[in-house]
Amino acid sequence: MNKIIQLFKEKQKDVLAVYFTAGYPALEDTLDIATAIANNGADLVEIGIPFSDPVADGPTIQNSSKLALDNGMSVEKLLEQLEGAKKGIEAPVVLMGYLNPVLQYGVEAFCEKASSVGVDGLILPDLPLAEYESEYKDIFERYGLLNIFLITPQTSDKRIRQIDSISEGFIYMVSSTSTTGAKTGISKEQEAYFERIQKMNLKNPTLIGFGISNAATFQQASQFSNGAIIGSACIKAIEKEGNAAVHAAKFVKDIVA
Amino acid sequence: MQFEVDENGYFGQFGGAFIPEMLHPNIQELQDQYLAIIGSDQFKKDFDHLLKDYVGRPSPLYFANRLSQQYGTQIYLKREDLNHTGAHKINNTIGQILLAKALGKDKIIAETGAGQHGVATATVCALAGVECIVYMGEIDIARQKPNVERMKLLGATVVPATSGSKTLKDATNEAMRHWINHPDAHYIIGSTVGPHPYPDMVAKFQSVISAEMRLQLKEKTGNTNPDAIIACVGGGSNAMGAFYHYLDAEEVRLIAVEAGGHGVASGATAATTQIGKSGVLHGSKTLFMQTKDGQVVEPYSISAGLDYPGIGPSHAHLFETKRAEYISINDEEALQAGVELCRLEGIIPAIESAHALAALSTIKFKREAVVVVNLSGRGDKDLETYITKAVY
Ligand SMILES: Cc1ncc(COP(=O)(O)O)c(C=O)c1O
Repeated sequence: MNKIIQLFKEKQKDVLAVYFTAGYPALEDTLDIATAIANNGADLVEIGIPFSDPVADGPTIQNSSKLALDNGMSVEKLLEQLEGAKKGIEAPVVLMGYLNPVLQYGVEAFCEKASSVGVDGLILPDLPLAEYESEYKDIFERYGLLNIFLITPQTSDKRIRQIDSISEGFIYMVSSTSTTGAKTGISKEQEAYFERIQKMNLKNPTLIGFGISNAATFQQASQFSNGAIIGSACIKAIEKEGNAAVHAAKFVKDIVA
Repeated sequence: MQFEVDENGYFGQFGGAFIPEMLHPNIQELQDQYLAIIGSDQFKKDFDHLLKDYVGRPSPLYFANRLSQQYGTQIYLKREDLNHTGAHKINNTIGQILLAKALGKDKIIAETGAGQHGVATATVCALAGVECIVYMGEIDIARQKPNVERMKLLGATVVPATSGSKTLKDATNEAMRHWINHPDAHYIIGSTVGPHPYPDMVAKFQSVISAEMRLQLKEKTGNTNPDAIIACVGGGSNAMGAFYHYLDAEEVRLIAVEAGGHGVASGATAATTQIGKSGVLHGSKTLFMQTKDGQVVEPYSISAGLDYPGIGPSHAHLFETKRAEYISINDEEALQAGVELCRLEGIIPAIESAHALAALSTIKFKREAVVVVNLSGRGDKDLETYITKAVY
């Protein structure tokens, strides 16, 4: 069974997903950081594939992506690094990135390789629903990879139902209409949106992301969903002076403490 | 009609709307409504009126006598440089501001390279009394100073894009990010790029160029069709406007000129069709310059308006089907052609348009051939570049 599906079978509350950018701060940090995140309390590891023009990202992830590329990170390199992750990481692994690097690698070759190195799902924010269904769904399914869709406060109920019906694993609930790392904290308005989605009783679990930065916001978001995703805040923690994996471990421990 | 957009927003295999979910409601709204809005009687009336009385259309089609003698052919210049604000860009911004009003939007975002689209956007925002934010690469802010001041004078806020190559591509990224964070705004894209419906919508607004050309050529030459049309290509809007009504007239040669920068082989270039590959950038599947790993390669051109790593999807389709020819002109050649137009016709062209003019020295036309060069803009903004870089 796909590890993401397995995860939500076993755990429905306070699921913690942590994002970081592959190849940052140093090219060879990827596995150590992923392992530190997984071994210190995160339920799901989300690894960012850096892209030169990340339009959905704020300054923190723009910067980590740029430096990762400068370090020599690429799709090929990342998949090679992940080869070594199969034994070390029990938690499900999701790759998050923009469509173009995947297209250039070749969608089928990418899925085949990703699946063989233990990847369980993909988040490609600029892959639209319609394209996914007509061009990619069959390929993803053939290799057992789940495609994770985003919903936002502006997504219509009708579209949410549509996304829910073709999703598997979980739905990524973007907390506000923003780029990553733009806002921190959760407002009353956002809570109303979370409640609205809660009442829809979707068949898929939901994880809330964007603006979740610490134990308090993680707890708050988790009240309205199956858990939450932290990205920019983790990047900020690991880019401090010192050992990135140690920072990552501490960051995750502080959230789940 | 093989060059029309299809119902999914594609031109052949290029186009579509590859956007993050955050932009979906805005793009869906545009896709659902743009044809009805721009096809309405009220819109057409307002658009035609503003193009005539505010922009000063029709722009003249001028027979360039001394230039024609120089090249031994019949050269006409479509004078988009004489439009209000000095370039073709205003045709599109007039259309989009009317569209934004029809959609009830009173905040406008734009990106700009040369600053011509930024000025044209700031202008229509002043005209409509709405807020205007323009993103512009830090490098372009330095090389197009007069336009930065014009935008500010017109009441726009100019925000420097400091990421990546600090040029048009990065200004576009920043504008898209701003739109994600402010979905109540309308994004006025400046070229035939971006997610569907932008490439088609911008082309339709710019198609006034070729609509006028047909009538003007008929009057001056007795024939609506020229033998060739030459236009420069950044994202592709002035070229698409000049080609639009001739796409199905196969006997008309369509020549699109990309910026070669220091030369295609040098790597410092913006000649997309020569070294670009198909991929997804800025919301559409199109041709752009990229590494094997799919990272966008920073373009280079002396001309800020052509300094973009890709071309719009409709151009990618024209290139692939060979309906249009794509050639590249280097910095030096463009400067020289710009100076030549100053001396032969008393017209200082934008450096972008000078790329189109330079094609006259690389392609030989018959003496009786009628060749239209789309003079997309005037060179006021480029004085600094001419002074420091050109030989005259
Ligand atoms: C005068 C002029 N010509 C051409 C261009 C290139 O744009 P496009 O290819 O969309 O016409 C620009 C862009 O700024 C411009 O200012």
